[in-house]
Amino acid sequence: MATVIGTETEFGITIRNSPDFNPALASGLVINSYRGSGTRVQWSFEEESPGRDLRGFGVDTSGDYDSGVVNFVLGNGARLYVDHAHPEYSGPECADPLSAALYDKAGEYVMAQAAANAGLLVRTGEIVDIYKNNSDSKGNSYGAHENYLVSRLIPFGQIVDYLTGFLVSRQPLTGAGKLGSENDRPEVTYQITQRADFFEERVGLETTLKRPIINTRDEPHGDAEKYRRLHVIIGDATLSEVQTFVKLGSTALFLAALEDGFLPEALELEDPVGACWNVSHDLEMMKTYRLVDGSSMTALDMQNRYFDWLAKYAEQATDSPVTTHLLVEWRSLLDDLESDPAKTADRLDWVAKKALMEGYVGRGAAWDDPRMALINLQYHNVDPDKSLFRRLQNRGTIRRLFTDSQVMEAASEPPSETRAYFRGKCVTKYGDKVVAANWDSLVFDSAEANLKRVPMMEPLRGTKALVGSLIDESDSVQELIQGLGGH
Amino acid sequence: MSEQEQQRPRRSSDEAIETKVAEIDSSARESVEITDDLLDEIDSVLEENAEEMVKNYVQKGGE
Repeated sequence: MATVIGTETEFGITIRNSPDFNPALASGLVINSYRGSGTRVQWSFEEESPGRDLRGFGVDTSGDYDSGVVNFVLGNGARLYVDHAHPEYSGPECADPLSAALYDKAGEYVMAQAAANAGLLVRTGEIVDIYKNNSDSKGNSYGAHENYLVSRLIPFGQIVDYLTGFLVSRQPLTGAGKLGSENDRPEVTYQITQRADFFEERVGLETTLKRPIINTRDEPHGDAEKYRRLHVIIGDATLSEVQTFVKLGSTALFLAALEDGFLPEALELEDPVGACWNVSHDLEMMKTYRLVDGSSMTALDMQNRYFDWLAKYAEQATDSPVTTHLLVEWRSLLDDLESDPAKTADRLDWVAKKALMEGYVGRGAAWDDPRMALINLQYHNVDPDKSLFRRLQNRGTIRRLFTDSQVMEAASEPPSETRAYFRGKCVTKYGDKVVAANWDSLVFDSAEANLKRVPMMEPLRGTKALVGSLIDESDSVQELIQGLGGH
Repeated sequence: MSEQEQQRPRRSSDEAIETKVAEIDSSARESVEITDDLLDEIDSVLEENAEEMVKNYVQKGGE
């Protein structure tokens, strides 16, 4: 798996007992309250074009991308900022899915710290609540996006044909669970994912209206001749570390195999959008879906097929301990989902949350009891004292991949294998001398007449191996720039 | 697609994966029980004004 992976999470936010609650202002308050390592910078959109489309034509985005106002780059290389009406954490670029899952978890820690600090600044009686979920259960959804760097040599149509079935069928592995349905979908008591109800197209550029299963946004944040950044918007924000790892790892491995021409068939669904809703609504996972070749498969049938292909691919192409670890976790989840889904309550958010609710049913609560809706929400609170997920995790009911100290370290230390290392180390060491940043460049105030812009078009350069000693030995920005070969 | 291909795809031949999957499965069986004790703890942290909490949680804008 040589791809580069990063996650972006928009967190839900509210301030309780605040008559004039404004989500954009509240998000700004939370982000500005973060006191961990990092520095406030101008986020330069010079190289970004959110309206550019992978299919090759541009779209007018009517320019509401002015989110540079509240913007931090953290010591771990992440971006922490206000995206419209939500606080957002965009994790650093990672070279493997285990690292990407760790940095995704570090984002929860960062947001919990920021929320706790913000809680000291609000009026008496007001309470800041931040949730890592994707829906308010009233028809409003916000995203947890996954990004995978892929070669531009794969024709985009091929990505659409192959990946659609994979993203639809992986939902039992990626769902965070939701009470009820939204967006005029058929009524259900409980469903597997937070997001599925909001998807209406097979492919498209939108992320907020008529959401597509395959998003075509084409901002590579790197050398555009060589790379695409595939922007996957259909996943749920997951709290379980195992689940986040399997979600990112299986998708990255799938894309690597696609890139190498290893996948024998596309498994194209006849009605991918209908299947998307139905997979999420089918807690038994027994429904079958028609493929364009006339056959029918369940979602787990499809995932089993993908698993077998990718296990073979891994044997030949990408043998690494992380890939083996991934295959073990993925295989085990597929086995347990097939034999007894309740067994996955230690690894899958949708199953764990459902088990809690069933516990309440066992004590006589009805499914429409307001406490059920509260469990549906409070499970996702990032405050470790309020989070129901954390209660399960603290008891060992949810299995972990990381320790608290690893997560805390990942909140300030960058991954060493990507350009996030350069970004993170520079903001930690040179602080306010970094005046602007972007995924693919940093701009330094070097005390000379001109600002110095350092481009980072290759995500797998700027690593600890390549720049670690230079940063260690450069006491000033001038020395750093000279060392990099600039003037 | 032939009949044979229609059947459930079977496990990878990799024995290391098989062994480790078995370890995960056996540890999982012991750890997923939702006990009374756990539900009592959840009860104690669940916010009191459930109906109002849920009603007031509205999110607009994003992505």
